[in-house]
Amino acid sequence: MNLFDLLLGTPLITAVIMGVIGHTRIATKINIAASAITLVAALGLAYQVLQQGSFTAHGQAFFLDAYNVFLVSLTAFVATTTAIFSGPYMMHEQQIGRVTSNRLRLYHSMFQLFVFGMYLALTTNNLGVLWIALELATLATVLLVSLYRTPAAIAAAWKYFILCGVGIALALFGTILIFATSSEVLGHGNDALTWTLLYDNAGQLAPGVMTIAFMFLLVGYGTKVGLVPMHAWLPDAHGEGPTPISAVLSGLLLNVALYALVRCKALVDGATQGGLAGKLMMGFGLLSLLVAALALHRQRDIKRMFSFSSIEHMGLMTFAFGIGTPLANFAGLLHMTVHSLVKSGIFFTVGHAAQAMGTQQIINIRGLVNHHPGIGWGLMIGTVAISGFPPFGVFTSEFLLFTAALHTHPWAVVPLLLGLVVAFAGLFRHVQPMVFGAVPDNAMPININMLPVYVHLGLALILGLAIPAFLADWYQTAADLLHGAAR
Amino acid sequence: MQPALLQQWVAVAAAMMLLVVFALLAQRHMRALLRWFALQGVVLALTSALVAFVANVPELYISALLALILKGFLLPWMLWRIVINLGMHREVEPLVNVSVTLLIGAALVLFSFYVSLPIEKLSQLVTRNTIAIALACVLLSMLMMITRRKAITQVVGFLAMENSLFFTATSATYGMPLLVEIGVAFDVLIAALIFGLFFFQIRKTFDSLDIEHLEDKH
Amino acid sequence: MSLWIWNLIEALLIIGIAPLMTAFVKKLKARLQNRQGPPLLQGYRNLIKLFARQPVLASQASWLFRAAPYVIFAATALAAAIMPVILVDTPLTAAADIIALVALLALARFFTALAAMDVGTAFGGMGASREMTFAALTEPAMLMSIFVLSMVAQSTNITAMIDMVLTPELTLRPSLAFALAALVLVTIAETGRIPVDNPATHLELTMVHEAMILEYSGRYLALIEWANQIKLLLFATLILNLFFPWGIAIYPYTTAILIAAVAWLGKLLVLFVLLALFETWMAKMRIFRVPEYLGLAFLLAILGMLTHYILEVGV
Repeated sequence: MNLFDLLLGTPLITAVIMGVIGHTRIATKINIAASAITLVAALGLAYQVLQQGSFTAHGQAFFLDAYNVFLVSLTAFVATTTAIFSGPYMMHEQQIGRVTSNRLRLYHSMFQLFVFGMYLALTTNNLGVLWIALELATLATVLLVSLYRTPAAIAAAWKYFILCGVGIALALFGTILIFATSSEVLGHGNDALTWTLLYDNAGQLAPGVMTIAFMFLLVGYGTKVGLVPMHAWLPDAHGEGPTPISAVLSGLLLNVALYALVRCKALVDGATQGGLAGKLMMGFGLLSLLVAALALHRQRDIKRMFSFSSIEHMGLMTFAFGIGTPLANFAGLLHMTVHSLVKSGIFFTVGHAAQAMGTQQIINIRGLVNHHPGIGWGLMIGTVAISGFPPFGVFTSEFLLFTAALHTHPWAVVPLLLGLVVAFAGLFRHVQPMVFGAVPDNAMPININMLPVYVHLGLALILGLAIPAFLADWYQTAADLLHGAAR
Repeated sequence: MQPALLQQWVAVAAAMMLLVVFALLAQRHMRALLRWFALQGVVLALTSALVAFVANVPELYISALLALILKGFLLPWMLWRIVINLGMHREVEPLVNVSVTLLIGAALVLFSFYVSLPIEKLSQLVTRNTIAIALACVLLSMLMMITRRKAITQVVGFLAMENSLFFTATSATYGMPLLVEIGVAFDVLIAALIFGLFFFQIRKTFDSLDIEHLEDKH
Repeated sequence: MSLWIWNLIEALLIIGIAPLMTAFVKKLKARLQNRQGPPLLQGYRNLIKLFARQPVLASQASWLFRAAPYVIFAATALAAAIMPVILVDTPLTAAADIIALVALLALARFFTALAAMDVGTAFGGMGASREMTFAALTEPAMLMSIFVLSMVAQSTNITAMIDMVLTPELTLRPSLAFALAALVLVTIAETGRIPVDNPATHLELTMVHEAMILEYSGRYLALIEWANQIKLLLFATLILNLFFPWGIAIYPYTTAILIAAVAWLGKLLVLFVLLALFETWMAKMRIFRVPEYLGLAFLLAILGMLTHYILEVGV
């Protein structure tokens, strides 16, 4: 059986199995094993793309090129480490009574279904199926956000459902508009929604319709990326769910939504030759950066604070892809990778910290370095990494972004720097007392596994210091591919 | 029948869709709301069948049948069961200033006409006039979601929006490929199921389905 | 020259038949409520009785109070003369368009309200304020629905509008359906029927129109009542001839005119049966709900306009 079927089939079958046995002790091991199998499949597929370039599978239904195969690998990797982290974490939650065995079954099967949805979205060649897969991923996580059944969690999940539902409906309208103009060129069948064919024939699509379609797609998929002003659901959803879910939502789902947006931008650039799509993305990206950086200061809940940091970084990435030059695309792709790794690492750490102190309120978490040095140092280093300090990868990608911006839009460097500085100040002002403050009395000893965190941070460090040659080539190919449309 | 008359039948169907969406906006009783929602599903199916006949696209008949079964019968029935189980079928939503909402709705119709003009100019389809109406139905359903107080009317607004998107696909493109239509319908069904589960959770935690209780807690 | 005579005959027809039609509606409603109801000619007998009586005026009534009934009757009768009933193209119809018709009816309403306030009674003021509030909402709705028709017909001349609907090819226009719905709702409000206003009420606090004419007696009351009956018949004819004009005579040949008269009476009977059924079925709305009802009429008219532009004009 080929690697591709393995990639898609494993999560789907595991989801079904978990629906039955997800509450047993062995479930966490199965979770890890299934994720590891998909990781192997993903790496195999990446190797294939490296060797022979992009290829399609199952006729023209699925498509793997440099851009999405690295995202697939990243998703598989973070899913595996999250599964490793979630094992002891959810066991602890079950012990203290925050989840029942029914809900644990739901958790495990929805986790796998969510991962399946993401793989489907990343590898499909059909814009309609892309929409369906993203919606599926959203639906799988809605019930997980409300897993703890507290008033705040249910309110957060409802907000998530409604706002993302509306957003994604607008994205469907944009997809319909693309189909409206492409069906006149490619016929009234699945061909008119196939990305590879659309990309090749982009010049023949009507520019006016494509522009309007992109505006709807930007607002629609942008809601799922967390761009301001459509971000209202994000802090709640990422803050109230169980920590592994916050990690994958922040680290993976936002990436997949941005991936969908950038794929559509490539089509629109080919059709309009005007650069409006890029300008819109830059505007939204900058706005998200500034608003999120300011909002960081006012947060009282640690997870909400870091989810605003996610909004800020997604804004940076959107800005990078909006600029559209190969250098900017490279920066964006690198940033996607390191942000995923560092942010999920941070969320793991935060999850442990919250468990240790029994609360998520920043004001009640103090002196981590004294009673749980692993967590304390992990949090400090993670915050340093995500704020863009060298030698971590985030510094590299931001530096590249500034360089690219200086080439094309020098005026943008000032607000970018401003946003980054404000965000850094906000994060540190909250994290510093959490790590180094006076120790309170109610710290609990817990069984923690900091290995995933260290692995993630280590990878981010490597990517910052010395990107391996094959990876750099990979990014470069993808960057050129994305730029190529805007001839 | 001459093509001009066929186009007028399509225009009549579109006007009916618009009327049904406005009626949905103005309802205050749960029972009446769900009846109008079911009617929207039926009108949608009839419109799709009409477009299938006018434009000679046989695939659309299947979509129309799917729409009839799912959106005309299954979804309203599911919602009705939930409403009965939660004991809400006698409840009336408090007045949310219907007149102002309806006038905003009329302004939205004008706005969607303006947005759809370039698309309509380029389209060659028989149904091109109705693209503006379809977009208006989408925006009106969204207005419904924003201006309502009870969770279940928000859900009806969401489902009405999905119906309007189906109508948009029919009018702008003679319907999306069947695979995509089935996938979207499947997604909507799952969403409705999850909504149902949600209502019970919300009821259990808040003892009411008023959105005010779900408002910002931070 | 003969066209003027036909016009006069038309006007006299409306003015003369109006009391009969109102009595017909009353009789139908009574029958539906299992009563006998007043005989069909009672309307005429009431008018004759009132004309014979001497009017009683309040001591502080001004010249306006005495002049108003004549103005009201004259304006309504003139509006009736403008409306083509059985012949499409009459001289007055060519001279005055539908906006003039609406303006004449507004003039009549204006004088009614002034007269109501003239004597200074509480009920007069209440009736006048209610009437004017409703008028502020019905006028836009009525004009908007008429504009839909004018847009489709490309003219505000009633003859042109009727000609447009009479075209031989079958054309379906959803905008006209919306305009018809709006006009029906407006008619019920303008003529003071249930569910907006109960014409048979004797409880002053529930009155809208009756409260304004409470002080009138004798020939003044006769003129105002007659004008009211003409108004109902006028609106009914407006709806029928603008939306369902089939049967109307295009040229003044006697046979065509006779057919037109029969068709008109037939359609009126159907319309009034529907009106009686509707009035018996519905209950009167509370006053504060009427603006919502009129807002619905306005919305339907706007929808008619929008669907006309979006669906029928084409790109």
